[in-house]
Amino acid sequence: MSTEGLTKTFPDGLTAVVGLDLEVASGEIFGLLGPNGAGKTTTIGMLTTRVVPTGGRALVGGVDVVRRPSKAKREIGVVPQTNTLDRSLNVWENLYFHGRYFGIDRAGARARTDELLARFQLTDKATRKVGTLSGGMAQRLMVARALLHEPRVLFLDEPTTGLDPQSRIALWDLLRDLHGAGQTIVLTTHYMEEADRLCDRLGIIDSGAMLALGTPSELKAGLDADSVVDIAADGDLDELARALTRVPGVSRTDVRDNGVRVFAPVVTGMLPPLLASAQATGATIRDVSVSEPTLESVFIALTGRDLRE
Amino acid sequence: MSEGAGYPAIPSTARDRSDRHAATVAFAGLLMRDLRVLTKERGRFMVRTVSQPLLLVFVFTYVLPSIGRDFGGSTDGGSFTDILVPGVLAIAILIKGVQAVALPLVHEFGYTKEIEDRIMAPLPVWAVAMEKITAGAAQGLVAAAIVAPIVAIVPAEAVQLEISWLVLVVVLLMASVLGSALGLVMGTYVEPDDVPLMFSVVILPATFLGATYFPWAELETIRWLQVAVLANPLVYIAEGFRFALTPQFPHMPPWAILGALTLFTIGSCLLGIRGFKRRVLS
Ligand SMILES: Nc1ncnc2c1ncn2[C@@H]1O[C@H](COP(=O)(O)OP(=O)(O)O)[C@@H](O)[C@H]1O
Ligand SMILES: [Mg+2]
Repeated sequence: MSTEGLTKTFPDGLTAVVGLDLEVASGEIFGLLGPNGAGKTTTIGMLTTRVVPTGGRALVGGVDVVRRPSKAKREIGVVPQTNTLDRSLNVWENLYFHGRYFGIDRAGARARTDELLARFQLTDKATRKVGTLSGGMAQRLMVARALLHEPRVLFLDEPTTGLDPQSRIALWDLLRDLHGAGQTIVLTTHYMEEADRLCDRLGIIDSGAMLALGTPSELKAGLDADSVVDIAADGDLDELARALTRVPGVSRTDVRDNGVRVFAPVVTGMLPPLLASAQATGATIRDVSVSEPTLESVFIALTGRDLRE
Repeated sequence: MSEGAGYPAIPSTARDRSDRHAATVAFAGLLMRDLRVLTKERGRFMVRTVSQPLLLVFVFTYVLPSIGRDFGGSTDGGSFTDILVPGVLAIAILIKGVQAVALPLVHEFGYTKEIEDRIMAPLPVWAVAMEKITAGAAQGLVAAAIVAPIVAIVPAEAVQLEISWLVLVVVLLMASVLGSALGLVMGTYVEPDDVPLMFSVVILPATFLGATYFPWAELETIRWLQVAVLANPLVYIAEGFRFALTPQFPHMPPWAILGALTLFTIGSCLLGIRGFKRRVLS
């Protein structure tokens, strides 16, 4: 899969994606990481024929998605951001008819439907209405549907957004299995952890532009990204964060559920002043941990903003 | 490339088909899907198809004549029953087209964009729109087949039919495609939330002023109305059935009926396909 200068300007004048150059090798898991509104869905839309680019080119499996959309659609499987299961059909029929759309004969579509339902642990849900599935099950069914016609490239748009932690991990395992079997996968996410743990290579995208491209470790090593000190504490965390921000050498702080995260370019020699300043606020410190730059700090280094903002 | 994934392999014939062949097969698959949904909902389909025509025919051609409150027929000797029967068929086909195409689009275009799964089938978007029109037209024909015996049996006084079969087939086909294409136009240009409202705002006036309860020719005493209703495609469907079933009573000239039906049908197909493309592609 590759793109050259792929651009989309919507009729209202908003340019959602600018000059995207991308190459994804066969068998790779590639992730597009970016905050809400970055242009991830628009990019996936262009690659999957539903959004017409206003500039550039995109090839999937060697097929130009603009010139030959019908051919391109046979090369790709898509799991969109929203639940697009056919609510007039039950679970089994969703897969079966998808197979028929793609020209698989009756017996073949039946066999593959049964096979995929079993593999995705949905066999006992076969006759359920799709509206009654849990989020995790619906997502698995959408992945099964996308794979039914053996696409060369599987696209997933924010596949784990809105899933509970358990279903998220189950989906990661599933994608790793597919990857192990040689499936090319392109996914988008705004979870750094997901991008870090799942993807071979990443593109960091913001305001429609690709800011950086590389393996997670290349990205973390190559930029002046901050290291992270997580201070778990009880007490007034906002006050704690303000105090820590004033410590020389700290570039920013971020209040978390159970403590404060401190970003600093160099951690060596930072812990004593950080702890002293924390104690001065009267907060009770329960734990301190230091980690290498994360993708979050990479993103902040690139944009000056937090991914979650 | 995912042969190693442990799924049964898809016969290579399915993957290596020409675009045209793949699109034809996908089109057939979409039709099968719609047929499946329809068979699941056959009870609802029957109720929706039968209720209005049955009530119309029952009250106007059975109850009223039986209690001696019949409306006058046409100036050429037909009874009100003779006038109403083609009108009821026309209404049934038009409403079925809208029900079959416009209403499902409300949730298919809704928040989750459920339609995307069918857009991702390997056929051009205009062909997906054509499939919707085809499936809706087929439902219109089924509706006509269900309503025909009702209008034949219920009236107190037999309809004076002089059926010209060829004309009937032509009008049936055009009317069902037109009704379905109008459903697509409505389902794509009207905001999904407002589609149900269209029944009061568009469908109801169209059925009352569609030459359904009176022959168009007899509107000449209200000249402005006679001209205004020419914009209503239902007029040509009703007059077409009048020409096909009861040609002995007043109806528009055949060339006007068939010409207008052709133009309206082609026009609303093109408009509906355009609206559909605008909705699903950005
Ligand atoms: N159909 C559209 N018309 C106009 N603007 C759009 C449309 N779709 C998306 N946008 C805008 O394009 C930008 C990128 O959106 P999107 O690709 O959905 O981002 P993401 O998926 O990364 O959250 C946003 O500012 C969004 O409002
Ligand atoms: Mg998105």
